[in-house]
Amino acid sequence: MNFALDLFSIAAIAAGAFFFFAGSVGLLRFPDSLTRLHALSKADNLGLGLVVLGLLPRVGSLLDALKLLAIWALVLLSGAASAQLIGRALRRRGGDE
Amino acid sequence: MNDFLLFAAGFILLTVAAGLFRVLRGPGDADRMMAAQLLGTGGIASLLLIASATTVAGVEDVALGLALLAAFASVAFVNGVATDDEQPQEAGGK
Repeated sequence: MNFALDLFSIAAIAAGAFFFFAGSVGLLRFPDSLTRLHALSKADNLGLGLVVLGLLPRVGSLLDALKLLAIWALVLLSGAASAQLIGRALRRRGGDE
Repeated sequence: MNDFLLFAAGFILLTVAAGLFRVLRGPGDADRMMAAQLLGTGGIASLLLIASATTVAGVEDVALGLALLAAFASVAFVNGVATDDEQPQEAGGK
């Protein structure tokens, strides 16, 4: 059982790291500010979400698990809100310079 | 298992460091802000991995604090950009 949990953790954390990598590459390679914003918010939410998912079975007590989920929910909300705000600021300034 | 966690934390920091290159090259200040936000989230992810890998106390609380503060940077940037544009009142009113 323990081995299966470790395997799940490794798979989820590897997927999370891949999304971070994909987001960073997207941030560097995409031609347009708004598309970069798209790539960035993917890396934020999915990368961190999968890392937290991978860490959940390794956690000691229920409180730690709740703390991890609280961190993820906070980043999810703040990431989505700030992505919308940045998008609006870009839209207002005529966007993609 | 622990060394895999530390390896993943290092890998995420490396990708975020590559993403920071956008701060140098970014045409607009919005791109620089995005790279800063990616650094914040990447920092949180690697902090959580390190917290799980080592027995150092309080690392998760540092990640929680960073999660709080990363959002303020973007909001401060957006407020800064919106006010010096052509509709300062409209942006302020919302």
